[in-house]
Amino acid sequence: MKRKTRRLWLVVACVAGLGTAAGLTLNAFSSNIVFFMTPSQVAAHPPAPDHTVRLGGMVVAGSVRRELHGETPVNRFDVTDGQAAVTVRYEGILPDLFREGQSVVAVGTAAAGGGFTASEVLAKHDETYMPKEVAEALQKSGKWDPKFGPPPDASSWSSMTARDGRTARGGS
Amino acid sequence: MNAQPGLMARLGAVFHRYANPGRFLRLGARLQPWLTWPALLLTLTGLGWGLFFSPADWQQGDSVRIMYVHVPCAWLASSGYFALAVCSLLSLVWRHSLADLAAAEIGPVGASVTAVCLATGSLWGKPMWGTWWVWDARLTSVLVLFFLYLGHIALIRAFDDPQRGYRAAAILALAGTVDLPIIKFSVQWWNTLHQPASITLTRAPTMASSMLWPLALSALGFTLGFAAIVVARLRASVMENRARILLASPASRAARASVSDHREQTV
Repeated sequence: MKRKTRRLWLVVACVAGLGTAAGLTLNAFSSNIVFFMTPSQVAAHPPAPDHTVRLGGMVVAGSVRRELHGETPVNRFDVTDGQAAVTVRYEGILPDLFREGQSVVAVGTAAAGGGFTASEVLAKHDETYMPKEVAEALQKSGKWDPKFGPPPDASSWSSMTARDGRTARGGS
Repeated sequence: MNAQPGLMARLGAVFHRYANPGRFLRLGARLQPWLTWPALLLTLTGLGWGLFFSPADWQQGDSVRIMYVHVPCAWLASSGYFALAVCSLLSLVWRHSLADLAAAEIGPVGASVTAVCLATGSLWGKPMWGTWWVWDARLTSVLVLFFLYLGHIALIRAFDDPQRGYRAAAILALAGTVDLPIIKFSVQWWNTLHQPASITLTRAPTMASSMLWPLALSALGFTLGFAAIVVARLRASVMENRARILLASPASRAARASVSDHREQTV
């Protein structure tokens, strides 16, 4: 039995040591592991103009402007994290999930003047899943406007059904 | 410290009770139908409900239905690896022979669900995020888990002496457990493109219950299915071992020799 106990402690010690090493490594490299920078990080430490970075944040409501330059659509929109906002310019077709109030990740370069030129825009969807009718009912009742951020606390709507949504729509 | 040997002895006795291959074969044969049939029933119900009758998401539309396959596979990729790690601990500390066989059988099944998780995630990412793949912390850590499974599958079969393969693979599997918390918490610790968990222990699930129910059934069905496949493989593996030992035994050799003496000599 003694040898088994010793083997158990050996395994525990090895896994604990390895876990600590991995934790310290990840902590040290944590700025490289983040997938995107926030607008306030870009404002505080502007990256070099030739350095490709990813900028993540929420599309500001009312900031989206689309123009057609010949055949290519040119989009301009502001991305914010609540503290700072950066104007993004993107030539091309935006993903289906792109909308005002949506979180997006723009890949590109920051100009010295504060603008951001994106070569790629990815839409980031949140952890909320709800049927269309429930989303409409929440908007009708004024509890939520998707343009201004995430929906209210899930306990207020997670048990709503499509039928609740239809009655709310019929009633208004 | 005084109670330690007693506790270890009692734990060892419990583990070794089920290390007996004959006892496992009898238990496994009784258990098998109770795993297989509920697994099929729940998976078919959950997937049928999720794919055809649950509502579409308000912004993702019908693409959200990939979730009913992706999430159970993701859950099983991690929990299957946890089972592999438990078997490896039993193997290293208690030299549990059945745990060795179980580790060898869990590996390929776990690697398969991880592959399905990565593939469905990629198919889901293209229409929603706008990309098949990004190197964010969640996606990368799950890819590392897939490679850990592949490494384990290769290592446990790499030696002529199976015992050495079991030891080496168990060490690999236990070292790889470091990846499990990284996968789980990657979406909280760092900015990722992958969204955080919808179902947590502390908050109400941020998912309408009309989607949560089919997902729960599907996840339970997949989990039972995983267990059913592993138990079936493990029973086959135990029987294969038995057959090999029987064929190698002196009595069996003598019997074969007496039946076909001339053939035995040429072989």
